[in-house]
Amino acid sequence: MTRFLIRRIILGLVTLWVIITLVFILYYARPGVDPARELAGRAVTPALLANINKAYGFNLPVYVQYWNYLKRLVPIPGQFNLGISNNNHLPVTTIIAQAVPIDISLAVGSAVIWMVLGISVGVLAARRPRSLWDRGATVFVLTGVSMPTFILGLLLLYVLYYLLTIHGIAIFPKPGSYTPITTNPLEWAHDLILPWITLALITAATYSRLTRSSLLEVLGEDYIRTARAKGLSERRVVYRHALRSSLTPIVTQFGIDLATVLGGAIITESIFGLPGLGLAVVQAIEVQNLPVVIGIVLVASFFVVAANIVVDALYAVLDPRVRVS
Amino acid sequence: MSLSTVDAAATAVPPEEPAVKGIEGRTPLQLVVQRLRTDRVAIISVVVIVLIIALAIGAPLIAAITGHGPTDTNVDNGTDANGQPLPPGSAGYLLGTDNLGRDILVRIAYGARVSLIVGVVATAIATIVGVVVGLFAGYYGGWLDSILARIMDVVLSFPYVLFAIVLVSVFGSSLPLTILVIAFFSFAAIGRIVRGQALSQREKEYVEAAHSLGAGNMRIMFVDILPNLVAPVIVLATLLIPTAIIFEATLSFLGLGIALPTPSWGNMLSDAEGVGFQAWWFYIFPMIFLLLTTLAFNLLGDAVRDALDPRTERIFAARRKKKPA
Amino acid sequence: MPDTAVDGDVLLNADEIVKHFPIKEGIFFKHQVGSVKAVDGVSLKVRRGETLGLVGETGCGKSTLARCITRLFPLTSGHLTFDGADLSKLSRSQMRPYRRGMQMIFQDPYGSLNSRRRVGSIIGDPLAIHNIASGDERKKRVQGLMEVVGLNPEHYNRFPAEFSGGQRQRIGVARALALHPKLIVCDEPVSALDVSIQAQIINLLEDLQGEFGLTYVFIAHDLAVVQHVSDRVAVMYLGKIVEVADVKDLYSTPRHPYTNALLSASVVADPDKARVRDRIILTGDVPSPINPPSGCRFHTRCPKAQAICSTEEPLLQTAAGDPAGHMTACHFPVAEGEKLASGKATILHAVEGFLAEAPS
Ligand SMILES: Nc1ncnc2c1ncn2[C@@H]1O[C@H](COP(=O)(O)OP(=O)(O)OP(=O)(O)O)[C@@H](O)[C@H]1O
Ligand code: SF4
Ligand SMILES: [Mg+2]
Repeated sequence: MTRFLIRRIILGLVTLWVIITLVFILYYARPGVDPARELAGRAVTPALLANINKAYGFNLPVYVQYWNYLKRLVPIPGQFNLGISNNNHLPVTTIIAQAVPIDISLAVGSAVIWMVLGISVGVLAARRPRSLWDRGATVFVLTGVSMPTFILGLLLLYVLYYLLTIHGIAIFPKPGSYTPITTNPLEWAHDLILPWITLALITAATYSRLTRSSLLEVLGEDYIRTARAKGLSERRVVYRHALRSSLTPIVTQFGIDLATVLGGAIITESIFGLPGLGLAVVQAIEVQNLPVVIGIVLVASFFVVAANIVVDALYAVLDPRVRVS
Repeated sequence: MSLSTVDAAATAVPPEEPAVKGIEGRTPLQLVVQRLRTDRVAIISVVVIVLIIALAIGAPLIAAITGHGPTDTNVDNGTDANGQPLPPGSAGYLLGTDNLGRDILVRIAYGARVSLIVGVVATAIATIVGVVVGLFAGYYGGWLDSILARIMDVVLSFPYVLFAIVLVSVFGSSLPLTILVIAFFSFAAIGRIVRGQALSQREKEYVEAAHSLGAGNMRIMFVDILPNLVAPVIVLATLLIPTAIIFEATLSFLGLGIALPTPSWGNMLSDAEGVGFQAWWFYIFPMIFLLLTTLAFNLLGDAVRDALDPRTERIFAARRKKKPA
Repeated sequence: MPDTAVDGDVLLNADEIVKHFPIKEGIFFKHQVGSVKAVDGVSLKVRRGETLGLVGETGCGKSTLARCITRLFPLTSGHLTFDGADLSKLSRSQMRPYRRGMQMIFQDPYGSLNSRRRVGSIIGDPLAIHNIASGDERKKRVQGLMEVVGLNPEHYNRFPAEFSGGQRQRIGVARALALHPKLIVCDEPVSALDVSIQAQIINLLEDLQGEFGLTYVFIAHDLAVVQHVSDRVAVMYLGKIVEVADVKDLYSTPRHPYTNALLSASVVADPDKARVRDRIILTGDVPSPINPPSGCRFHTRCPKAQAICSTEEPLLQTAAGDPAGHMTACHFPVAEGEKLASGKATILHAVEGFLAEAPS
């Protein structure tokens, strides 16, 4: 088990390193790129370029730049440094630290909804295959899979915010509202309810599909038939035995989805004007604010890599066969 | 929308299904087509897809008939006396105009071209690359497999919207880049399934038989193993098309896909968002067409999968027997 | 191996063939922690035109040996000559031209045919691979082959799933014949078939042998089948050949205790003497090929085992009084009429299960 974990962690680190290197090449060392020029903005003067080159070390040989770049990403206090935003000259770490609570709020709320919704729909469908319930679940899944996130977000905003508001029923907040949970938990939930629903509805479809197929598979296995034969109630069979053993693929998917939202729900945040990592990165890209873009890409990648390791470890605990292969 | 959804949907496809006795020399494909003919949902999906293809092909015709090019602003009084856009049903403008007085119907028709081209071309590239990579990884195994499988895992688990916008922001948005980016983030979904199937197929005795006849690796991979993977690959490819369409629409919506003024459904919605909800028809038509298209492809993909599924096979066989000869 | 046999015309000569499957472990750099010694030093000769039967319990390495002599596997060590050519070290692509001379028929008539390809293209595959015939010429030859093996040539465009097990095995036979090979290795060609069909396929194989002058290596579980088809029979146990003889000698005077046990458990027509054999019941399970027993591999289960058996490996040689071609690897060959049954406890089943055993 320890060896398995060590292997996963090392692979995760290698993955991160590959991403870090790709980002470096993309932004600093791609043929034809002049990072100083991109930093300089519109009023380019040779003196300004020279200054920037000196300050950022862009005139050093590439491998030295690469080494310096790697060095400041090593997570040692005092050395770790994601750079300074070109825009407001705040440290990128500060910008990320301000945005992350919003992503955590988004992730936690929507995850609760999508898990409950997705798994319930999947269980309903699997308990009576080819019934009306199952058909309804199929419609739910296919709509969810076919629906672009931004369309669902826009629809919700149009119907629940715009239409209601112009008819004087202003129960949903306008885009851009956000209250930290520490200020007022009720307001927090109120402000986030539409983004939560958007993310959750889209994501739940996957979970319904996963739950249905893995539950159907497990329900066909021998030990479940034994449990039935022993006279256990159908409820007990489904919820105690079958659901538990069909959870493995769901857990895997959950880890990765959660990490993806934590790293920035780009579309949802853009539509609802939530200042999380996703909105921050889109805004930074618009103005070519490279340190912020790179910082957020790295943080998002870190979340995903970490989630993969945790999920693999969980998987190995739940299903020992994995370790062997 | 999620690549893993496609994944989960396709793993349900078994690699082998016994052919029906007594239907001489039918290829599995012919069998599938024959079964789809009796599936109402599949027929409707195909009709919708054909109509949208017709719309895309006929776009110049529509432009000629209405006299409005896709980027023409304000011809024929495209806005009212106050400079406001025209609602649907206005004279000469069936679906109304946008804030610049452009004909929404014509723009939708041209947008269909973008969506279909991106959907089909990106899927084709992703499928070819995915099949080749998956076959090589699964068939050869060893270190080649370790590397390829790891790359596919990383690509699959990554927050691809984030990476896509980073790539587009670096290289500038264009149709070919959009297609390449989408293909890059999609090939792994196919590659992983193909790899898994190839891994199990290469242990089959027929592969050893081919080897004993003197067949080379290439022949075994592409002449012997590949035909056994056609079923899951077709299903996956059908399901990838809507994913690619959604991906393009999302990128365009974020202003990073198809560059204005060339219309795509995504950037039409992005335009609409800048204007506000008053002119609901800016939103509703691109949304309807986008949803209709993705839904049709997803429904078709599901139907194809059912048609290839041996469990459906048995149901079909039972039905056939019940009918008098 | 001391070679006292009259060689005749040797088509295939296997000399000390070894095939070990490595067992690997490790986080990044796999290292070998052991190996499955599936075939561990097998020498045999196959003469032109004969049928050599190969029998042994499941897992003793028959299929592995078959794949070694057809060079589907690289050899761990040993020498293999076929029709005068040394094949021991040839690479996969170097082997290609030699594949025309040796073909294989597989046990599983379902798994060994590609279910996604039409029968005509399956049977024509060898012709395509070796660029022998294409287009109409190929089709004509394939239909000719189908007729030879008793298939309807009009079924050229069908898929394998549309045929019964016996017909599928005929497809496999037709494919093997396409290149006019000298040697065909049949790995349990009938054990997956219904008993009623088995005879048809065996008769077909025998007819074809006469017609095309084929040489067979015939692997089977069923001792009766082997007796029926073979000229000579080799008995395998845990990766080694323990006894080899002309079919008549082996069935009438088996020397190795293991052969005796096998024969006693099966109902074999004994043409010479209608002798009723006592049932010999072997104790214990088959040892693992990862750690085979020292000395004689059979000593853990042998009713005749002595101290020397666990230390010294018996050579495969002709016992006193046997004809030159009859060789046994045993320190204490069984004498004619000797009773083995009472020697050891009579608990286990191993051989009893042997015949009932499902084909592997
Ligand atoms: N590719 C392989 N890798 C590792 N071990 C293998 C491999 N192929 C076979 N073995 C092992 O080698 C031994 C011999 O297997 P083999 O298939 O040759 O036996 P067999 O005599 O043909 O048995 P059966 O009568 O069941 O077909 C077995 O222990 C088997 O598990
Ligand atoms: S050598 Fe010894 S153990 Fe081996 S078979 Fe002969 S008597 Fe039995
Ligand atoms: Mg075998």
